[in-house]
Amino acid sequence: MTSSMKTNRLNWLILIILAAFLLAFPRLFTQPFLQRTMILILLWSVLGLAWNMIGGYAGQVSLGHAIFFGLGAYTSTLILTKWDISPWIGMFGGVVVAVVVSAIIGWPSFRLAGHYFAIATIAAGEIFAVMFRNWRWAGGAVGVYLPIIRGERIANFQFHEAKYGYYYIILAMLAITMLATYLIERSRIGYYLKAIREDPDAARSLGINITRYKLYAIMLSAAFTAIAGTFYAQFVLYISPNTVFALLFSIQMCLVAVLGGTGTLAGPIIGAAILIPMAEYTRVYLAGRAGGLHLVVYGLLIMLISIYQPGGLMGLVRQWQQRWSTRAQRRDAAVAVPAHHRLERSEGSGDVTDGAS
Amino acid sequence: MLIGFVFALISVGLTLIFGVMDIVNFAHGEHLMLAMYFTYWMYTLWGVDPVFSIPVVAALLFILGTITYRLVIKHVLDAPMLAQIFVTFGMMVFLRNLAQVVWSEDYRRIGDTLISGRLELFGIFIGTPQLVTSIGAAITTGLLYWFIKNTRTGWALEATAENKEVAGLMGIDTERMFALAWGLALACVGVAGALLATFNPIFPEVGAVFVLVAYVAVALGGFGSVTGAFIAGIVIGLVQVMGGFLWEPRFKTMLVYGIYLGVVFIRPQGLFGRR
Repeated sequence: MTSSMKTNRLNWLILIILAAFLLAFPRLFTQPFLQRTMILILLWSVLGLAWNMIGGYAGQVSLGHAIFFGLGAYTSTLILTKWDISPWIGMFGGVVVAVVVSAIIGWPSFRLAGHYFAIATIAAGEIFAVMFRNWRWAGGAVGVYLPIIRGERIANFQFHEAKYGYYYIILAMLAITMLATYLIERSRIGYYLKAIREDPDAARSLGINITRYKLYAIMLSAAFTAIAGTFYAQFVLYISPNTVFALLFSIQMCLVAVLGGTGTLAGPIIGAAILIPMAEYTRVYLAGRAGGLHLVVYGLLIMLISIYQPGGLMGLVRQWQQRWSTRAQRRDAAVAVPAHHRLERSEGSGDVTDGAS
Repeated sequence: MLIGFVFALISVGLTLIFGVMDIVNFAHGEHLMLAMYFTYWMYTLWGVDPVFSIPVVAALLFILGTITYRLVIKHVLDAPMLAQIFVTFGMMVFLRNLAQVVWSEDYRRIGDTLISGRLELFGIFIGTPQLVTSIGAAITTGLLYWFIKNTRTGWALEATAENKEVAGLMGIDTERMFALAWGLALACVGVAGALLATFNPIFPEVGAVFVLVAYVAVALGGFGSVTGAFIAGIVIGLVQVMGGFLWEPRFKTMLVYGIYLGVVFIRPQGLFGRR
């Protein structure tokens, strides 16, 4: 009891320190490369968390999330380039499109289990890639360059002098996605989804409408992925079917969540915080020497992680936590005092040993 | 339509791995790509004609398959599905980019082979390499099928696919069967790669072109069903050609995926799959 309360308090402390650090980051580190990397980490955290809603909590491994990302990016961009409407409004257009498409894909696909579902989502993703590659009005295979708008205003969703704007926008998006994940985790939907993931038949026999809850999960997931898509389009200012609809994109989204630990709030963020800098640094340091060397290393790392830490890094954290709490319990038990004294005692002694070790 | 046999051969390898140990090899296309580069190497370095290098490449890939199993796959057999997906996915990224580093991004072609040229068959011109490739692929697939259905080792393989524990109790060395499945599967793409190298350009991403369709063939035929993969491969070849002929060629892959989605929604376990 006491140790869980303590970890809870510790978690809040970590969260607050982290939030303060993140808010101050662009002032502390002004190098463009660091800022860019940080923005990418935050972007991929959003994507990992969004994927996690359906892939982690509901256990439906989607390898077609690039669809929603691409739809988010394309919808806002096309609305901007064709009708000159702010990407902020386009973003919500993207969300609507992605949610509708996710329902259309999800509803029939949820009957498929395991690998079949994964491959069906790959197939759906490829269909979208081919469609956009051949859709001339939407730029075809060449893609779309976004018009450059001067004036560093948040309303424009473009920043050229400094990247602060992008940074704070994506940070806010991450905060919202985290909040949504937290709420899902705590709500009935979250418990239903976990039940479905662990044992669909048992969940059904308890009266849970499996398809409906999975649909909720994929729609939420698609919405957040689409928002990130709009951000990406505004940040990079160029989108093409080969980048935003790429299978590799879908897979990296999943990878971020898996690396950190699926079905957890912190997992995808930890995954992104490790994977993205790794990818960026290897890209910068190795790309100059030989074409795909950084990706060779990247591929190798993915293999090693899957072999040695298949539960993701959160699995590792949980192991430590467990070891820590059993040790704490043993320590509590070792203090042989009457029960009504023990509560106060163990709390106090725990703090002392905390500082010592 | 002839290309259907090649899809069938590639899919049979995929489905063999899946059938025996429930793992999807996402690096299958990259293994195909390696086979093509090996063929290319033999041709440029030692002047070996692709036709003769088929058995050598198949043997090389067989060895690669067993090594892959022992070094990598063995460790994730009991891991969660996601780890299994990512281990082969990591292998895909690794091999594809390794090829880029070693052989560069350039398209390579094997110029003259023993089977260059074209033939006239019933008034239609067909490239000889394409014809030989499809016949070779059909023969190899047939051989593999025969091997599984008619030899003791083949039966052991099937038994392992059916139930690993029971097969183990019956005295089958399942470990060896897993390695064999990988070896055979990669030997299949070895043959396919050597054959394709006679007319198809060779580049690091070449695997994706063929293998995405092969996944669909495997899922369409039913995961783990060799017969299913074979028939689905041919069907897909047919759909691609007819689609390209009747509709626009650039939409032909879309059509393949569309048909796949249509089929699995009606029959989630694929045409020949068991539940």
